[in-house]
Amino acid sequence: MERDIRVYLCSGCGIGEAVNIEALAKTVQKDCKPASCVTHPCLCGEEGLAVIQKDLTGERPCTVVIGACSGRVNTDLFAFPPPNLVERANLREQMAWRRMADEDADDTRMLAEDILRMAVAKAKKTEIPEPYVAPAVHNTVLVVGGGLTGLTAALDCARAGAKVVLVEKEAALGGHVAALHRDTPQKPPYRDPEVPDIARKIEEVRNCPDIEVLLSAEIEKIAGQPGMFGVTIRQANGQKLEQASAETADTESEAAKKEFQIGAIVLATGARPYDATQLTHLGFGRCQNVITHADLETMAKAGKIVRPSDSQPARRVAFIQCAGSRDPERLPYCSTTCCMTSLKQATYIREQNPDAQVYVLYKDMRTPGQYENFYRRVQEDEGIFLTKGEVTGVEEEPDKSLLIQVRNALLGENIQIRADLVVLATGMVPSTLNAQILHLAYRQGGDLPVDKYGFPNSHFICFPYETRRTGIYAAGCVRQPMDSAAAVRDASGAALKALQCVAMTARGAAVHPRANDLSWPDFYLKRCTQCKRCTEECPFGALNEDVKGTPEPNPTRCRRCGICLGACPERIINFATYSIEMISAMIKAVEVPDETEEKPRVLVLVCENDAYPAFDIAGRHRLGYDPNIRIIPVRCLGSINVVWIKDALSRGFDGILMIGCKYGDDYQCHFIKGSELMNTRSENIQEALTSMVLESERVRMEQLALTEYHRIPELIGGFMETIKEVGFNPFKGM
Amino acid sequence: MSQDNGKSRSKAILVLGGGISGITTAVELAELGYEVYLAEQAASLGGRVALMNKYFPKLCPPACGLEINYQRIRKAHDKIKVLTLAKTVAISGQVGAFEATLDIQPRHVNEKCTACDDCAKVCPVERASENDYGMGKTKAIYLPHTMALPMRYVIDMKACKGKECAKCVEACKYGAIDLDMKSTRLTLNVGAIVVATGWVPNDASRITNLGFGTCANVITNVMMERLAAPNGPTQGKILRPSDGKPVQTAVFVQCAGSRDENHLPYCSSVCCLASLKQANYLREQNPESKAYVFYIDLRAGGIFEDFLTRMQSDPAIMVQKGKVAKVQEDPATRDLHIEVEDILGGGKLRMRADLVVLATGMVPGLRATPLPLQLACDEYGFCAADGQLPGIVPAGTAKGPTDVATAVQDATGAAIKAIQWLHSTTSTPSTTI
Repeated sequence: MERDIRVYLCSGCGIGEAVNIEALAKTVQKDCKPASCVTHPCLCGEEGLAVIQKDLTGERPCTVVIGACSGRVNTDLFAFPPPNLVERANLREQMAWRRMADEDADDTRMLAEDILRMAVAKAKKTEIPEPYVAPAVHNTVLVVGGGLTGLTAALDCARAGAKVVLVEKEAALGGHVAALHRDTPQKPPYRDPEVPDIARKIEEVRNCPDIEVLLSAEIEKIAGQPGMFGVTIRQANGQKLEQASAETADTESEAAKKEFQIGAIVLATGARPYDATQLTHLGFGRCQNVITHADLETMAKAGKIVRPSDSQPARRVAFIQCAGSRDPERLPYCSTTCCMTSLKQATYIREQNPDAQVYVLYKDMRTPGQYENFYRRVQEDEGIFLTKGEVTGVEEEPDKSLLIQVRNALLGENIQIRADLVVLATGMVPSTLNAQILHLAYRQGGDLPVDKYGFPNSHFICFPYETRRTGIYAAGCVRQPMDSAAAVRDASGAALKALQCVAMTARGAAVHPRANDLSWPDFYLKRCTQCKRCTEECPFGALNEDVKGTPEPNPTRCRRCGICLGACPERIINFATYSIEMISAMIKAVEVPDETEEKPRVLVLVCENDAYPAFDIAGRHRLGYDPNIRIIPVRCLGSINVVWIKDALSRGFDGILMIGCKYGDDYQCHFIKGSELMNTRSENIQEALTSMVLESERVRMEQLALTEYHRIPELIGGFMETIKEVGFNPFKGM
Repeated sequence: MSQDNGKSRSKAILVLGGGISGITTAVELAELGYEVYLAEQAASLGGRVALMNKYFPKLCPPACGLEINYQRIRKAHDKIKVLTLAKTVAISGQVGAFEATLDIQPRHVNEKCTACDDCAKVCPVERASENDYGMGKTKAIYLPHTMALPMRYVIDMKACKGKECAKCVEACKYGAIDLDMKSTRLTLNVGAIVVATGWVPNDASRITNLGFGTCANVITNVMMERLAAPNGPTQGKILRPSDGKPVQTAVFVQCAGSRDENHLPYCSSVCCLASLKQANYLREQNPESKAYVFYIDLRAGGIFEDFLTRMQSDPAIMVQKGKVAKVQEDPATRDLHIEVEDILGGGKLRMRADLVVLATGMVPGLRATPLPLQLACDEYGFCAADGQLPGIVPAGTAKGPTDVATAVQDATGAAIKAIQWLHSTTSTPSTTI
């Protein structure tokens, strides 16, 4: 549809003092030829807004270009709904408020003019996105795993109005918690082990009409995308599965295959205890009376805690904490629950046998928060001895009792402890480690990406449910080590995210972090050369491939980061609100003075998530920086297409600075690896420079956190210095 | 915001507390399509995390997550109504039909404010900034902090000279300042209420043996965050409060008042990692500096262990089990003399330091600002997960001391609990553990 571009320039907040607003309006009118260009002393005021509103009553829809404050503020005031569109030109934070003390008024003027030229160029290339609304979005959540986390997630989803399919690979629900004699204290006053109420939860799930439970079931395949996953579940007939050999299992269970249409998925397959056979140095497997937490729990649940060697009651029991945990050779992490579990099990022993002595040998006693109450209660028990120390060996005596060597005990001694039973506090290992669970029909692999320890955890502190496979949320001990209270909370969080994903998918909206974005990438596949860069680089595995290697987009998996757009050498991937042409047009809209004017021009492509706000904050702090830069925000550095660099260089820009989020192990990139990809793509950029016979120094990439706004003047200044040394771009004026 | 008509039941949700937990619950609900009131008692959203420099273990800035959440609020502005300076005065009714009465305290700056700073430029009064724990100053009219939302100034009327001055009123081109502004009363009809009232730092001056309040160079961990923050009172330079000199030797006192029956018997979960992180701030700024961390137990659960290992690999960060018994000040140099009971080696350690940082714990915000609402709490004032009145859902550090990721996780889960209360008043949502 034909649109009118209407430009509104605000002279408030110091903009009018920085530039002659009327002259600016004339330039905009002359160069950009909008339908109108109006100035106002305070656009965000009632009167100013009325001026804009009055123009929007005509028949033709408008794209309103607001030349005022940053688009990060007053969003609600300058919200003119479709069919109108809004474009913000940042004249305040990134022009007026960043002026240097001795800035040449001409430089400021040219900056303001270019900001508006770029904004209008962008406005001309922006369309109202047509959301991708799938024909049928299913409101059923698949919960994988029927332990405490899975049961909780299933109930939470059902009670919030969704349908649930709960898949458990065992023949019964309940998981690890069902095997517990007692659970650690989880409610005030946090002093007593609690009887797990897992049976009640199982009953609630069983009685819930909206939850379909599939036992002895595993996932064969998950195809599709959020809102419309096609899930194939293979359900064995209990005994049949056990009897069937591996080869016949498939044919046997053929009849028991079920298909489900699923909206979102919660992965709650939990953890397994660390393999104690790796702990021979602590006596496991060598000494009969060395057992694990799980073994002791089984005995306690069955009734009597005894020595395996002679079935006599255990009178001196030693718990060895961090058995395999916090150990660089085994599990370098802490499993968080073992201290509380040992304290709990110590109370079992003391309850069964008031004469028994219990030793807990720990590195650090980790009972965070209110769990300290339980620790204190256990400390009050005179029969329980808690000692910091490192166990260096466990040896079996002829009478099958055990001699434990402890180093670095309190007061610096090396001591020996004799025990008739040793309990190893073994940590937990995620069920996803070296296992296939989800069988996703995704080009990038069948399961959720995992961290170095195998946990499919979020990398983001602020967003624990950030997932690299949209619509699939891990919860409970599979996500990270946690106790049952934490697992229950985690299940609720994941359940919420699953329902939210379904709801947003139904509206055609993106989920976090570009929540509510209605644009999605359009692939002009006729020109695809099957280079596979997009399918390989998508951080969210959104793209599958056909046999030839042509991408098969899955729009509801997409998070709209634009990394595919940046990757595509054929430039065939575009969004209605973000495209190759749009950024190119913005670059070309900048007036580059010729060499004789001695005014360099540097294009600064900034990540809109962190670097762009940092420039705003620098402005708010009135930090002055060079006026010869032209800032264009991008969705992510990974969304930068090399063609933009070429465009800028051919246009006569003297240098290009790309500023994005930190990458590496502690990356801060919101799209996982966008800034890292840009860094690796710099080879392509160097090629482009070489082909144009230009110096490599002309293009630089920097990492900047949002709070590092104070670095901006120096960062810009430093690059301008480099450009000065390299000299003007010879393409200038061509 | 529309109310569900018919049986006077409301599908709107009130979130009390605009810190990271409350923000999370609110945006998660809004993105799912629910109407939310997000009420914060301070002049801006952001809560405690807005005053932090970096998070462990990534050493990334909290402002980054706030920015994303603010974007989410902006995009869902038709669903979320943000109320700041909001004091909850009464809550009545029951699940599905609560009536919450909120007094909106006068900001003295109306919505015409553009945050241009002209007012602060002419304001003649300086006041100690509560956000900087008194270490920094703002004008009497000021922007709450760098990540303020709403991006609007506020006047501290205790410091303001009032109408006899009124320079700001004159300087403001937009008519945004109203020295006569009165508080307004709002009545909200909501179906469920999320209590995300967070935490406040424990009052360190009560721990008399550790010198806070009497020794100039004894500070708390929250103050250290401000010293290290680029938007803090020293623009991010870690300097001694007494003389502004760079810190060469810092001692971190763990469990300062925590795990102590006389103060806070519980553990605040985050202080070990926070101190290690702060030791790293110092080390990054000053390669010659040394940091000593004296602890009872090092608590770095889960994969935080990696962070502990990484920090311990710095030979200038010395981590030792020991209980700091006494901190005294040299009156001439303001240096600090510290006495430590060496738990492992026995005996006593004595050392000198430029700065002592007390790892003070977290106290429930409800203790500082109680709500007119009956809540099931533990003996410390943290809300119990279970056993609240129908329709009341606690979230985040209102329930117990946790790190940010755990609080956000809990706040996300709180959203579904609130939704469940809206869905049903007959069956009991799964508020039980």
